[in-house]
Amino acid sequence: MLQAQNKRYGERAIKWLLALCALLSVLTTTAIIVSLIGPTVGFFEIVPAGEFFFGVDWTPQFEPPSFGVLGIVAGTLNVVLWSMLFAIPLGLATAVYLSEYASPRVRKTLKPILEVLVGVPTVAIGFFAVTFILPEIIVPLWPGELLGGAAGKPFMALAASLGIALMVVPIIASLSDDAMRAVPRGLHEGAYALGATKAKVATRVIFPAALSGIVASVVLAISRAVGETMIVLIAAGSTPNATFNPVESIQAMTAYIATTATGDIASGSLDYKSVFAVGAVLFAMTLIMNVISIRLVRRYREVYE
Amino acid sequence: MTAFGGAEAPRNRLAVAGARATTAAMLRDQPRGDVVRNAIFAGLLLLAVLIALAGLLALLLQAFTKGSSVLGPDLVNNPPSTAFPDKAGYRPAIIGSLQLIAGVILFVVPVGVGAALYLEEYADKSRWWNTLIEVNIQNLAAVPSIIYGILGLAFIVRGPLDLGFILAAGSLTLALLVLPMVIIAAREAIRAVPDSIRQGSLALGATQWQTIRRQVLPAAIPGIATGVILAVSRALGETAPLLLVGATVFVTFDPTPFGTDGYSAMPVQIFNYAVRPQEEFQTLAFAGIIVMLVVLLAMNSFAIWLRNRYEQRW
Repeated sequence: MLQAQNKRYGERAIKWLLALCALLSVLTTTAIIVSLIGPTVGFFEIVPAGEFFFGVDWTPQFEPPSFGVLGIVAGTLNVVLWSMLFAIPLGLATAVYLSEYASPRVRKTLKPILEVLVGVPTVAIGFFAVTFILPEIIVPLWPGELLGGAAGKPFMALAASLGIALMVVPIIASLSDDAMRAVPRGLHEGAYALGATKAKVATRVIFPAALSGIVASVVLAISRAVGETMIVLIAAGSTPNATFNPVESIQAMTAYIATTATGDIASGSLDYKSVFAVGAVLFAMTLIMNVISIRLVRRYREVYE
Repeated sequence: MTAFGGAEAPRNRLAVAGARATTAAMLRDQPRGDVVRNAIFAGLLLLAVLIALAGLLALLLQAFTKGSSVLGPDLVNNPPSTAFPDKAGYRPAIIGSLQLIAGVILFVVPVGVGAALYLEEYADKSRWWNTLIEVNIQNLAAVPSIIYGILGLAFIVRGPLDLGFILAAGSLTLALLVLPMVIIAAREAIRAVPDSIRQGSLALGATQWQTIRRQVLPAAIPGIATGVILAVSRALGETAPLLLVGATVFVTFDPTPFGTDGYSAMPVQIFNYAVRPQEEFQTLAFAGIIVMLVVLLAMNSFAIWLRNRYEQRW
């Protein structure tokens, strides 16, 4: 048998050192959960869980304060719902175009452009939403007094929604394109041989075959939208409001955290603890969506790769 | 004499033209509805692509038209000022951002590459703890940035590490935020190195670490560099977590990594200007956005060029 002359302790030390690096990521998750749990438990010692989970009035600054988290969960869902209404069709259409219609040359320029645009900082998108999308697009196009009218409002959920749509369209397009391109060529060729048109191949064969990857990209986009802070902070306003009306000013969960936890907030105060309680809800929501997305991606990888 | 040359050529060409005409005639029998629907569908797809691109083009154009008037040396040389908005600039924010990303790179490159090497070269995939690490990293990559801000506030600024509101704490927070991105990109780059390279090296008597250091890592460097650049540009553009770990003050001096007087960063300063109603500050915000977009888009373009240039060399 061939064997090393010495024990090679250095080799083993390196292995453990590298394992430690990988373990650091697990420690990060643990640290997130630990730092959320402590103050959250403290929060529920003061505020009853029933009031928190089922109340719709989020007024921490009032006397007495009210901590009904649905007031800001609704704000988040309002923005996410309307953003997905635009982002999903646009993102999926772009993905189908990229993977099925675009010539290799168009594809080679378009896909990098999309990927570069994922890097636009969200503070820039938020500022764009409030200075351009709101006054130049929503106000002129909004039909009159529908749902209370859009004119004259400095902030609204819809401005943030469109900003977020701008942010996640490249994500949906790029990931769905990857999923559709992972579908074997044979499926295309079989469908064409049976006389299907390009539109039919795309919508009836490739799209369903790549569905799990496409759904994963959409779920990931929703998770991003739920966790997005700067766009909602700048464009959606800061008035907790349990409504799905897109032209109302609302406050999202992330915006509450960002406005409350800045500066020297007193460490043991109820406001401080409420930040962690809201953070825990946000973390739980995105965790569920991320796990769904990861499982779906694994499934399509198993089938085609 | 080839089969298609000489006297046969005209006859062959005639046959090909005939076959083509026949095929085209047969295909024209496709239901007219299908043809129309196909065209409409393609048109809609193209429209969607154009809308998405137009939105992003509008963002760029608006920043350039509204912010270019104050572009100049003052913008990068002067500190922010509430009293003299026409002389205000981004100096402390730019210095702060540079220090922040320097810290991010110092932390993320060794740890990220190390974790990726462990997962690709050493880890036994059938063990549950290695699957746990893998899923955990994928999840961390999608945890909202503001949650990292909470982690930074409760764990790094206060709590166990207790660093206080200093620039290094902000840097560490951003580093943890982008670490999963680096690990995922580095893993893909390492996985793309063919096994034959490893086997060849091992067969020549190199140890596993020698193989990794002299064969696998050099081959994976372009992919790793791409991942690191994309991660750094993400860290550079992040605002939300920094708001929670102290980068909120209107800093008028050059920040230092461990100074306790506060620090600022480019996106935080832009946010600071953007929420002020006066026109001068809004113009400054647009100018800051131009600076950031130029830097970030250049970095991302370079990263993607690097990846496309060096991909699939095997």
